[in-house]
Formats: sequence, C-alpha cells, structure tokens
Amino acid sequence: MKKFLPLIILAILCILPFIGLSTYVMHILILVLMWSIIGMGWNILGGYTGQVSFGHAAFFGMGAYAAGLLYQHLGISAWWGLPVCVLILTALSLVVGYICLRLRGAYFALATLALGEICRVAAENLVGFTKGNMGIMLRERTWVDKTWYFYIILLLAAGTYILIKMVMESKLGYYFVAIREDQDAAESLGINTTFYKTISLCISGVLTGIAGAYYMNYMGYIDPSTVFPLSEVSIATVVVVMVGGAATYWGPIVGAVIMIFLAEEIRSIPFIGAAHQTIFGIILILIVMFLPNGIVGDFRKLIKPFKGKKGASS
Amino acid sequence: MAQLELFLQTLISGFLLGGLYALIALGMALIMGVMRVINLAHGDFMMIAMYIAYWLFTFFGIDPYVAVFIAGPALFFFGLAIQKYLLTPVMKVDSILPHNQVILTVGLAMVFSNLATVFFTGDYRSTPVSYASSAWYLTDFWKNSPVELSLSMPWTISFVIAVMITIALWIFLTKTDTGKSIRATAQDLDAALLMGVNVDWVRMVTFGIGLVLVAVAGCLFLPIYYLYPALGKQFTNIGFVIAVIGGMGSTDGAVIGGLILGIFESMTATYIGMGWAPAGRFSIFVAALVFLPGGVASILRKRRLGK
Repeated sequence: MKKFLPLIILAILCILPFIGLSTYVMHILILVLMWSIIGMGWNILGGYTGQVSFGHAAFFGMGAYAAGLLYQHLGISAWWGLPVCVLILTALSLVVGYICLRLRGAYFALATLALGEICRVAAENLVGFTKGNMGIMLRERTWVDKTWYFYIILLLAAGTYILIKMVMESKLGYYFVAIREDQDAAESLGINTTFYKTISLCISGVLTGIAGAYYMNYMGYIDPSTVFPLSEVSIATVVVVMVGGAATYWGPIVGAVIMIFLAEEIRSIPFIGAAHQTIFGIILILIVMFLPNGIVGDFRKLIKPFKGKKGASS
Repeated sequence: MAQLELFLQTLISGFLLGGLYALIALGMALIMGVMRVINLAHGDFMMIAMYIAYWLFTFFGIDPYVAVFIAGPALFFFGLAIQKYLLTPVMKVDSILPHNQVILTVGLAMVFSNLATVFFTGDYRSTPVSYASSAWYLTDFWKNSPVELSLSMPWTISFVIAVMITIALWIFLTKTDTGKSIRATAQDLDAALLMGVNVDWVRMVTFGIGLVLVAVAGCLFLPIYYLYPALGKQFTNIGFVIAVIGGMGSTDGAVIGGLILGIFESMTATYIGMGWAPAGRFSIFVAALVFLPGGVASILRKRRLGK
C-alpha cells in the first residue's frame, strides 16, 4: 500500500481538473505544486546535505528572470526559460558553490542570504536590462484556462520527486547524508566534500530555478520584489520545509500543502490577515522548538498521544 | 581641488557611519562568539529600540540620546528573556538541521517586523530634533584651510557616543569578571565550563549585552535616519556582512570591519550611485569570503603570533 501511495496521489491529482474545480482552487493547487518543487529543491541542499540556505529567492528569481528576459529581449516564448534556466543556474551554482562551500558552518547560510539580496539589488538597478522595478510582463498568456498549467507543474513536480528519490537512493545521496552527519568523517573516507556539496547546490538551484521559470510563465508578470524577496520566498521556503520536515521525501510536499492553504485562509481573515507574517513566524518558532524534524519527520512523536488513547480504548 | 574635497568629505562621513555600524556589528559579534549563533533578528531588535526612542520623543519629548539609557536596559532584559525561554531550550532540542537557533531568530525577525507594521503602520518616521540640520565646518576652526569640509552635528554626536560605548564595552570585557567569563566562553566552551563558568548565565548576559549595543546604535541612528518597520532586515545584513569582514565572533574585527564597510559604502554611494550602495556592501562581503575567510581577525591574530 505504502509503495503505491505516490502513484495513487498522482492519479488523483491527474483527474482533479476533470471534476470541475473553480479557477481559484486550481490556482491554489498550482501554487502548492510549485512550492513543493521549491521545497524539494531546498531540501536536497538544506535537509539532506545539511547546508542551510537563506537565499533560494536568488535561484527562484534567476529562473524567473531567465524566462522573462528571453521573452523580453529575444522575443521567443518564455517557456524556453525552463531549459535555458537549467544552464544558467548550473553556472550560478558552480560559482556560488566554489566561493561559499569551501567554508563551513554559518558562512554558507550568510553567503546565500547575501546572494539573494545581491540579485534583488542587481535586478532593481540594472534598469536597461531587467527594466528595474517596472518588472517584465508577458503580453499574452499561453492559455487562459488553468488546466494545462496544472498538468505542466504536476509533471514538473512528479519529475522532481522521482529525481530526488533517485538521487537519494544512489551513491550520491549517501555522500550528501554523510557530509551532513559528519563532514570530517566524510572527508577522511575520501569524499570530496566541496565537490559533492556543490553538486547538491546545483541540483537544488536548478530545481528552484525551474519553479521560477514556470512562475514567470504562469503569472505573466514579475518584478524584483515578487521574485527576489527575502521573507516571501527565501524564508518561506525554509518555513515550508521545516513545517513539513527536512530530509524527508514527503516533508516539502506536506509543508507546501499546509503553508499555502494556511496562507490563503489567514490572509482572508480581516484584521488578522495583515499579521500573517507574525503567524508564520510563530509557527516557525514553535516548529523549531517542539517539532524540529517537521510534521513528517516527527510524525511518530505527533501521533503518540492519540495512539496511546486508542490503545487504551480497544 | 573639488575632487579632493569630495573625496575627503566622503571619507569622513563614511568613517562616522562606520563607527555606528561597528556598534551594530559588535553586538552581533559578541553573540556569534559566545553562542555560535548568527542573530538574524539583530536589526529587528534595533528597530524595536528605535520605536521605543521614537515614542519617548513623541510623547515625553525625551531626546533620542537620552533614550539610550531607557531603550538599552529595556532591550537587555528582553534579551535575557529571549535567551532563557527561547534560545536555550532550542539548544537542547535534537534535530537533523544544525542551524536551529538561527532559524529561530529568523522566526523572531518575522514576528517583530510584521507586528511593528501592524501596530505602527508602514509609515516612515523621524524625530524632528532641534539640532538635526546643524553642522560644523572646518573653516570655523581653521581659517585658511585649503579644503572645506562640513560635518552634520547629530552624526558627530552619535559617533562620539558610539566610540564611548565601544570603549566602555572593551573595559567591561577585559577588566570585569563577567566580561572575562564571556571571553573565556567565546574562546573555549568546554574549558570555560571546567573552570566553573556558569555558561547558561554567560549566554544570557551576552545576548542581553548584544541587544544593548544594537539598541544604543538604534537610538544613535534615530536623529540621522528615518524609521520604518522593515528597517531591521537592512541592518541585520550590515551586521553580518561586518561580522564576516571582521572575522566571525571577533570584537576587534567588528570595529575595524564596521569602519571599512562604512567608508566603502560611503564611497560607492558617492562615486557609483545611491542604489548601488547595498551591492557594494555585498561585493565586499563576497571579496572577504573569497580572499580572507577568517576576516580581519585572522590578520590580527597572525600579527600577534608573529611577535
């Protein structure tokens, strides 16, 4: 049963557009899938390899701008951004990895935080190239209906899931976990830690960038403050993964489902809606304090009180 | 001559800015040194202190420079409480990710900046102090000076107070018992524990002092800057950039790093453009990561060992 769970979920998601959901619900589902891609991307670097990044907005925004600028300057479809951003983000990840991943501990977290800000400042100031704060708009959307957008992001999300599973069950995945658990031990066993951390960053960055390129196509408009923000993308990614559970296959997906639905619910409540960042902050603090491995990671701990009762009653 | 004048003017204002930056970074470096935690809510604590000083000025007419003595202690106790009830418990929580406390401070930063927006709205505020636009000129002191330099009065006062606080901190760290325990804990946690240092207490005090420093910096920035709820992020960035330039957790490095960054930022703002000042900040950060990962502190250490 457990083996087929991903397939069952995939099948359910495939037939969802046929039961006539409203555009709003479709939009939420698309966002959930997009965020689970970003979450899974972050997870491979932050969760499995143990290199916490506070700057995934840089990769997300870079992907979005890659798609947007192709459309803006070359006049070709922004969908080309999906393949092109793979190249761009691999290059970016190699450079960032070369600079930052030689260092240990908090340096990488700080460097990624700076990277996100550098990208935002650059996108705001290179007015001739990125149109600055005016942003980039697609003059025509590919489809009005959301069904195809849904299937594309579903395909991407399923592909991401399979990729992550394949990577983590290969030798590469064991290297990543070894680096997270003890870098010195990994190094002494002959693992080139900087190299494998950089590979992890590449996978993570490319996945996040693909989500960004999709975002450009889907939303049709981007500007520096929607794709490069610290709290709305970089930190939100950390929250999504932390809530779901770092270093678990399902964590980012569960986290994305919970956080997107919660965000939509909270934003619609009057008065409290303005304080949604506060609520997310408190959720993050509570998760860190009581469920540090997230809902999926600490599932046993979470259902323990309920299980105890069940056992007593039966 | 005008070129030289501009250069000197930029240099001096960068120096004054750097003095204030150093104060922010000192708090961060202390916390980083003792607890191995990057406090990503640092700027938001500064924002809180600035709001305290702002409301004191608006309702009671208390000068922001006097508010230092109110906002400082307030944030000290706030820091003790946060360390005691949030950060210390998290240290004992078992998890796969190593940066749990850092993520906790991110959560704090989100809460603070958002609550400030909700309660105080996103308006830009400033304190209209009487001396805000007064300045002194080099020609007032030296009649025949070849170049003309002007310095804003509040900048100068803020800088002088910042220097005084830095000296006071230095005396505290080198001469008092608590200060010595803090340095001992920063140097070697296990050795400090063996020597009977109450590490939990030291951590609380350090976090408190770190927040006092940033609160003071906030009060000093208030007369010369404006205040809005999202300001914390920018100053957190400044704090960690300096901390890396200076060398993680080194207080000497933080002072030098602050001055370097202040001058560098002032230079980029003058010669490249205002919008690029943050980019300048981060490019020097990347340069420090690539060429000098140990920061200024590693140079200082080398000199000391060479002797």
